[in-house]
Amino acid sequence: MISIWFFIGMSLLVNGALILCAGVYEIWHPPAHEVVLYSLHASVWWGALMTLLGAVYCIRYRPGQKKA
Amino acid sequence: MTIPLAVVVPTQLVHLSLVDVIIIVFYFALVLAIGFYLKGRANTGEDFFMAGREMTAWVAGLSFLSANLGALELMGWAGSAYQYGILATHWYWIGAIPAMLFLALVMMPFYYISKTHSVPGYLKLRFGEPARAVSAVSFAFMTVLMSGVNMFAMAKVMQIVLGWDINFSIWVSALTVAIYVALGGLRSAIFNEVLQFFLIWAGALLIPILGLYEAGGWGNLKVEITHRFSEQYVHLWSGVGHFSSNPMGINWVGIVFGLGAVISMGYWTTDFLVVQRILAAKDIRSAEMAPIIGAGFKMFVPLIVILPGLLGLAVLPVKLVPESVAAVTGGMSYNDVLPLMLARYCGPGLLGLGITALIAGFMSGMAGNVTAFTTVWTYDIYRPLMNSKASDEHYVSMGRWTTIIGVLISIGTAYFVMQFASIMDYVQNLFSFFIAPLFGTVLLGMLWKRATGWGGFWGLLCGIVSSVSLWAWVKIDPTALRYVALSADAKTLAQDMFQALWSFLVCVIVTVVVSLATKPKPDAELTGLVYGLTKIPTVENVSWYQKPLFWAGVVVVVFFVLNIIFW
Repeated sequence: MISIWFFIGMSLLVNGALILCAGVYEIWHPPAHEVVLYSLHASVWWGALMTLLGAVYCIRYRPGQKKA
Repeated sequence: MTIPLAVVVPTQLVHLSLVDVIIIVFYFALVLAIGFYLKGRANTGEDFFMAGREMTAWVAGLSFLSANLGALELMGWAGSAYQYGILATHWYWIGAIPAMLFLALVMMPFYYISKTHSVPGYLKLRFGEPARAVSAVSFAFMTVLMSGVNMFAMAKVMQIVLGWDINFSIWVSALTVAIYVALGGLRSAIFNEVLQFFLIWAGALLIPILGLYEAGGWGNLKVEITHRFSEQYVHLWSGVGHFSSNPMGINWVGIVFGLGAVISMGYWTTDFLVVQRILAAKDIRSAEMAPIIGAGFKMFVPLIVILPGLLGLAVLPVKLVPESVAAVTGGMSYNDVLPLMLARYCGPGLLGLGITALIAGFMSGMAGNVTAFTTVWTYDIYRPLMNSKASDEHYVSMGRWTTIIGVLISIGTAYFVMQFASIMDYVQNLFSFFIAPLFGTVLLGMLWKRATGWGGFWGLLCGIVSSVSLWAWVKIDPTALRYVALSADAKTLAQDMFQALWSFLVCVIVTVVVSLATKPKPDAELTGLVYGLTKIPTVENVSWYQKPLFWAGVVVVVFFVLNIIFW
């Protein structure tokens, strides 16, 4: 049975990658209306953090490795 | 990059980009995929209704917490923090932690040993059919009503925040929940709740991080709020000596005894919506550890709920107003503070994640209602009262159909509320009528062997009637609040606390009096159900640091430290 933690890893990985890409895109194409603290580029580091965490979960709990 | 949605109306607070929409769509696809994947593992009654009783402590504990972490809870309490300040944190600390630990260490062994499927099921074993019938019918009725009311409220939020059409929000979210619960039963609901727990944190945690950065740290935030409003907005306990000395209009008696000792105990230990998650644990240690794990995380939920509300007081350029005023003036209400903070800091992608967190919160709450309703209907109403001799396969089929029908009734309720908005306030009071007396009944049932079946039945019934009567009294004559809450300075939230306290006392007194006047069950029939007649299983063969009691102690220490820090 696929572990619940694998599904969570998938969710963090995919969402993190999308947010990271959106953040990087915004660096080259700044929006017309910037959010507050735009200069911190939260999308980039938060997206990277989620991607990393998601990747760890996906690898650690990939199907056939460990029971939930 | 912003795309127009077909269902957009012009008054929305935020605009979604393409990547935001992709994140939301991916979430729906994933929860449905989990439902389809788990379909093959929900073939027996134990699988469908109790998730096979094989959940680990972590999965059961996070699901236990997630079922309570609904979107309206997130937005409502963020709004309360904006309205009342840090006092709203009481609902997360004294209004939750002692009750969760009490469930883990005192009550869970009885639920677990009795192998009951539900809280009404325990009442049947302890007090007999009349007490079960009262609790099961009221619970099933209230659960679908609450589910419908929450569905409408959430659709309304989506309309205000995103401009989504109300019908679109209701049908898409409700049908998604119906599909994944009907396919995979409680296991599917629990898996999705754990997923939703992570999404809620991932989507909401950035607000306090960036907010504290903007405000210049906690110290500066307190100074700013004190300057703009009052010092009592940033103190938990120092202003609750009297009703008039804090923004909430409540005193410490109401908080400690009404909220901490009755309402929260009732909710966290007898509301089957949350207790059902723990009953799915794989063994007694997991069943005891799960609420402790939930309590550990619960203590930090104010970070993503209360802190955004406080930050809103300090950094938002607009002043938010009560819902009733906003409806007339067209301004923004307290309840909009979380979406406003989300829109303030979150660009494309992060905004989608934050909105997904709200949707996930709503769906986890609804799935909790639906699975609890399905189990109570099938095991506590349909089987004992209508068809007691059917096969296990038949009851699973009934469970699947009940899931669909329960969701449809909820949708019907949502549309009913849409037509008669004033009924919403009444329905939201339903749980408070019921939960405090139910706690009295279950508590006496577990701790006092002399409590009889008729004592339990009449105590529960009189407790519910007294709660409804007190509420109706204040509704008809608002000045009666001075008698119910013992002060002319008391406000609405104080009424809830004292109403619960009185109804609990009525329940206990009636149960004791009737029990003493009626014949008790022989001790042999109460084995496994009552303290003193039950051998409580102990967690053996594990190290001291793996024992539930140790971790409960850790939670208690952190709980006291937090209360002292924010005194």
